[in-house]
Amino acid sequence: MSADSVRDTAPGPPHAPADAGSSRWYDAEAGPVVRPYAMTRGRTSSASRHRLDLIAIVVPEPAADDPGRDQTLSPEHVEIVELCSDMPQSIAELASGLDLPVGVVRVLVGDLVEDELVHVTRPVPPAELPDVNILREVINGLRAL
Amino acid sequence: MAFGRSSRSKRPVEPVTLKILVAGGFGVGKTTLVGAVSEIRPLRTEERLSEAGRPVDDLAGVEGKDTTTVAMDFGRITLREDLVLYLFGTPGQDRFWFLWDELAQGALGAVVLADTRRLEDCFAAVDYFERRGIPFTVAVNLFEGAGQFPTETVRAALDLDPEVPVLLCDARDRSSVRDVLVAVVEHALARAGLSPEPART
Repeated sequence: MSADSVRDTAPGPPHAPADAGSSRWYDAEAGPVVRPYAMTRGRTSSASRHRLDLIAIVVPEPAADDPGRDQTLSPEHVEIVELCSDMPQSIAELASGLDLPVGVVRVLVGDLVEDELVHVTRPVPPAELPDVNILREVINGLRAL
Repeated sequence: MAFGRSSRSKRPVEPVTLKILVAGGFGVGKTTLVGAVSEIRPLRTEERLSEAGRPVDDLAGVEGKDTTTVAMDFGRITLREDLVLYLFGTPGQDRFWFLWDELAQGALGAVVLADTRRLEDCFAAVDYFERRGIPFTVAVNLFEGAGQFPTETVRAALDLDPEVPVLLCDARDRSSVRDVLVAVVEHALARAGLSPEPART
């Protein structure tokens, strides 16, 4: 199954609505309801211990040079590795680029981390402000825009 | 035997990533603001609300009204090869508060975008950042046709602490938005308990 077949599927409930009222909780904007999680085989969390931050950067490992050879990977896994090989990308950018929900991308990236095909940068820990020097560099960088 | 070293230099740079949130009422110009400074067209990502602890194979869950999607707009500013700032527009509707918690985690600071015609729309955001101790700046988007008020009037109307910066801005204008972002980071720096002194490097 390719990502396209999921993406382009017309929105609709898994079964025909028995009554008109059953469609009131979502609309076409909401997109397909369940299918993206078929790519994760129904999993909504991955084995990795940490919930991946939206701005965590996914960096391919050297072992990921030819992800297409790994038969256990889904096309979406391969696509993530390829996107990151061009330029390391954040979880948010991958979700947007692949047109997948963030939760799905988290699970797929978690798989790749398990397989040691990518690693993920740890952003600033929660409840901690970044280093003062970094803040100064951000200010300087913004002023130079 | 010098093997295994050469590949190291080819490894991509792993940038430090930071995020600033852009909050405010619906239609106040959050996406416009992000777009004004982002090097990429504002991207859109989706978070699925059913994720929070719903059992995986509970099919009844997917029929619940909490399995809808929330779209978040975001942009990117590469300050240096190794320093990247992301801007996230927070979902406008109050019912998506819990998503803010994740967005706010590790955030450097926030912009609360305000429209003086609907100032009450940003009360919730101001409240949220105050409670979480997240440094924020109020930016009044100058809509044409909206009455212009001195920033002190806005400060009083929002009952802001004196150290919270209030700026007037044009969310469409790159340099205006840049000034707002600089104010956020400077405020964060001041909050870190240090007077803004020149960087030693």
